[in-house]
Amino acid sequence: MSTASDVGYHAQRQARWHYGEIAFWLIVLACGFAFPSRYLIMTDILRLALFAMSLDLILGYAGIVSLGHAAFFGVGAYAAGLLALHGIVKEPVLALIVAGLAAMVLGFATSFLVIRGVDLTRLMVTLGIALLLEALAERFSNITGGTDGLQGIEMQPIFGEIPFDMFGKTGFFYSLAVLFLLFLLARRVVHSPFGLSLRAIKNNPLRAAAIGIPVNRRLIAIYTLAAFYAGIAGALFTQTTAIASLDVFAMERSADLMLVLVIGGTGYLYGGLIGAVIFRMLQELFSTITPQYWQFWIGLVLVVIVLVGRQRLHRWVLYVPNLIIRQIAGRKAIVAVPESDS
Amino acid sequence: MTIALETQNLEKQFGGLRVTRDLSLKVEQGARHALIGPNGAGKTTVINQLTGVLKPNSGRILLEGQDITDLPVHKRVLRGLSRTFQINQLYPDLTPLETIGLAVSERLGHGGDWWRRMGTRNDVNGEIADLLSRFHLLDVMNEATVTLPYGKQRLLEIAVAIAAKPRVLLLDEPAAGVPESERHDILAVVGSLPRDVTVLLIEHDMDLVFSFADRISVLVSGALLTEGPPEEVARDPQVKAVYLGEEAVDV
Ligand SMILES: Nc1ncnc2c1ncn2[C@@H]1O[C@H](COP(=O)(O)OP(=O)(O)O)[C@@H](O)[C@H]1O
Ligand SMILES: [Mg+2]
Repeated sequence: MSTASDVGYHAQRQARWHYGEIAFWLIVLACGFAFPSRYLIMTDILRLALFAMSLDLILGYAGIVSLGHAAFFGVGAYAAGLLALHGIVKEPVLALIVAGLAAMVLGFATSFLVIRGVDLTRLMVTLGIALLLEALAERFSNITGGTDGLQGIEMQPIFGEIPFDMFGKTGFFYSLAVLFLLFLLARRVVHSPFGLSLRAIKNNPLRAAAIGIPVNRRLIAIYTLAAFYAGIAGALFTQTTAIASLDVFAMERSADLMLVLVIGGTGYLYGGLIGAVIFRMLQELFSTITPQYWQFWIGLVLVVIVLVGRQRLHRWVLYVPNLIIRQIAGRKAIVAVPESDS
Repeated sequence: MTIALETQNLEKQFGGLRVTRDLSLKVEQGARHALIGPNGAGKTTVINQLTGVLKPNSGRILLEGQDITDLPVHKRVLRGLSRTFQINQLYPDLTPLETIGLAVSERLGHGGDWWRRMGTRNDVNGEIADLLSRFHLLDVMNEATVTLPYGKQRLLEIAVAIAAKPRVLLLDEPAAGVPESERHDILAVVGSLPRDVTVLLIEHDMDLVFSFADRISVLVSGALLTEGPPEEVARDPQVKAVYLGEEAVDV
């Protein structure tokens, strides 16, 4: 084998599908058939997973911290609600895309504020933008319904064919399809030269610029894309629950998201998905055991994770899948090599 | 002779400290030009201004006759100006393959491709393979940079700068911190750069400077002390004084 094709082979190593990944998605799909009574919570997890994947794109790959990611979720949610309520775009998939684009426009506009500065400034700026939007949504209650939220949203059938049912079955498979498609796109993006340049910027912005990477332009691009993803997650929320209220902008929503990624890990795309499952399950578990103190327990888990070190936890979570994969594909093929986080 | 790189009355201050003083420097096309001077003379600060990491307080910088004083860092690279860092500036989590691949992709204008997997362009792969083997990095091309021995990291540092195919290359103490046993690789690589690449070398090791350079500029306290061919500079009593003074401190 010549060295050039050797290089090509190794350069694509991470981009190849691993058995563990295929198994992961098959299991998710199987859940849709195995637990027909749990569609609502499972749909909720899918939404959260998509939302977390959005944050992972900027945090895990480009190193941009945000405490205001709910801003884009909220814009997507209200956009989808208003489109449906006023019959502007009746078809859900089209409305979903329009809502995502609305969030994307906001993402692009605010990216210029966010990419400047250090982590702390970024936390404050992103938080500020989300709070501002929440205040605006409250102020313009004639449009947004104020504290009551948007009421009486009725969803039309998907593609004019598939109606949403009261058990949430359509909602679940619809959300899963959206999540999977957006995952495929994200997977393609992060393994591209563009995606690699983001990791370079996160690792060392000084060197990134010194090899000719237009750092700011790349950060703006990924921030805008992440806003689109978050907007889609928000729109899914409205479309599958038929409500949109002010809490879509809430800071808790952004903070929960950080927790999801702390649990699941960043920089390998599955962190948001795995984190969302564990986070919601912990939430369920703790709120059944101690309805009043579940937040305390979640907090405790967070502290433990930070103390034990996420790196090690990743290995626990991925221990069994990796074990299986190693048997099949040899030592070097593992589901994910989580990176350290700055 | 055409001038590849030039500074005109460059001036840089940190607070009250004048670190670059009215510096006018000309580096000829294809030259092997060394910029020497004691520690803290402001050599790295000059490089940082040339590459756009720092903005000068006043003065101009010309690359092949064109004013680049206000260009951002990445645009200077695309115009053919590339550098190595005195202290390695690499990507700890990335592999040598990825690190060099990025630099090559960026130069060929494919760095922003988001729809295509890394490693699917044969022209890019070929260049990566070429650089990896030239810099003795083939055997570690899939290891995370942070795990490489220092000498290999130093080679990677230089390889990345060269992956940008510069017409003007700035080397900031390329052999700094490299153990004696691994020095040879670095010197060989620096010595074998193509003649049409203009090189501005900053170096502390006088043996390396005198074996490599055909012209030497001496910087002291941010100002140009003297400049000329190596024999002349070596004889200069002022230079001797500066270096004897420093040598005494170093020992
Ligand atoms: N970012 C900075 N802020 C303040 N002072 C600096 C900075 N960078 C360098 N200096 C000072 O400028 C002087 C020259 O530094 P430098 O250019 O690194 O010297 P050299 O590379 O010749 O050893 C030193 O006194 C150093 O302390
Ligand atoms: Mg220096």
